Amino acid sequence: MSPRNGRPNVPVTIDGQDVKAFEGESILELARRVGVPIPTLCHLEGLSIHGGCRLCLVDTGDHKLKPACATEVTAELDVTTTNAEIREHRRRIVELLFAEGNHICAFCVSSGSCELQDLATEHHVDHIHYELGYERHDVDASHPKYVLDRDRCVLCTRCVRVCDEVEGAHVWDVAMRGNEARIVAGMDIPWGESSACTWCGKCVVVCPTGALSFKGRATGEMRHDPELVAFLARARDEGEWIDRRAEA
Amino acid sequence: MSEHNGEGRRLRIATAWLGGCSGCHMSFLDLDEVLFDLAEKADLVYGPLTDVKEFPPDVDVTLVEGAVANQDNVELAKAVRANTRVVVSFGDCAVTGNVTSLRNALGDPAELVRRVYVEHPDIRGAMPTDVVPALLPYVEALHEVIPIDVYMPGCPPSADRIKATLLALLDSLAAGEGIPSLDWRGPEDLRFG
Ligand code: SF4
Ligand code: FES
Repeated sequence: MSPRNGRPNVPVTIDGQDVKAFEGESILELARRVGVPIPTLCHLEGLSIHGGCRLCLVDTGDHKLKPACATEVTAELDVTTTNAEIREHRRRIVELLFAEGNHICAFCVSSGSCELQDLATEHHVDHIHYELGYERHDVDASHPKYVLDRDRCVLCTRCVRVCDEVEGAHVWDVAMRGNEARIVAGMDIPWGESSACTWCGKCVVVCPTGALSFKGRATGEMRHDPELVAFLARARDEGEWIDRRAEA
Repeated sequence: MSEHNGEGRRLRIATAWLGGCSGCHMSFLDLDEVLFDLAEKADLVYGPLTDVKEFPPDVDVTLVEGAVANQDNVELAKAVRANTRVVVSFGDCAVTGNVTSLRNALGDPAELVRRVYVEHPDIRGAMPTDVVPALLPYVEALHEVIPIDVYMPGCPPSADRIKATLLALLDSLAAGEGIPSLDWRGPEDLRFG
């Protein structure tokens, strides 16, 4: 969230609560500011908006649901963040993500630190209605410090964005389409051979699943740290360099 | 005090072990003293913990551990369904295929069997023909083979999760009320892995 000038003055109703939004604020930013929870996956504070996962869908009384992270408020907007239909959509989205990849939590490095696993619990996903996919992508373990397990990737593009927008290295891109879509380093070279990679590890800490992890971690040993990006963005924009360890 | 189902007889529970590591059954044993409460409420009529050969009729609740990986699993799953009022898909292997389904990405299971039984240096054997049941081409989650009434994910589900689900189920059946709406408190009741 970038710093805002002046006072919020756009009248908006969110879940029946009358609030004032800043000009140009997204529904998600507003909701978070006034304490209304909306689930997200691809969105990460401090990065540009992707709007790809659709978990943040909300009802604005329009004929279709809108992604809260990628929709700006307008005056007199009336937002419903949760109802039975929205919950059902979100649950199905989580199930589709499980079905598309190979998200077997029992032997995942990130079990216990995984946003997809948490979303499944939150949305009462007790089984997957769709036929489950099997592993079909290559694991890239060519980097000395990190591993990319593409079957656990949800294509949120957080890694792509953080590498480009914060680290400035732009190692990652999404190649191919549909079921074949996957994260690639450089022009689809082994990660370890990328001369652009600075070994900073930002992609690894922002990854919501077990797709990117530190090498050598066993089941459940990986801990991500996506809030690092909001901290860096604030530090960069506001010149505010506090010691995060002291803060924690 | 013993509990009865709507028809005036004691409740009957069973467990079944398909393509899983038996970890879910170990977790069931972790119920410890709750096993006594359970024994007051119901009879355990079938499972790896009993010495009964055929799946019996008229079972109220069956916990089924494991994915459906071979022909024996298919037959037992069908016998369970035909004779059980409430079938519980018990643990991640039953619910998603989990570890057992890892082989699906490798294609034809005949190749795997050859590796293990024929090419393995310590065995120098032949392809198994009897005793070992034929593998299915793909390992399936239990609900892809039989209809399921209750899902209990977890690898394994904790004893606490088993206790909460099973006791709620048995109490409801004893009161003649069918499957209760199981309130999930959070990760302790519902979580993969
Ligand atoms: S590797 Fe991780 S951060 Fe990158 S797109 Fe996939 S899930 Fe998102
Ligand atoms: S969080 Fe809004 S679309 Fe992903």
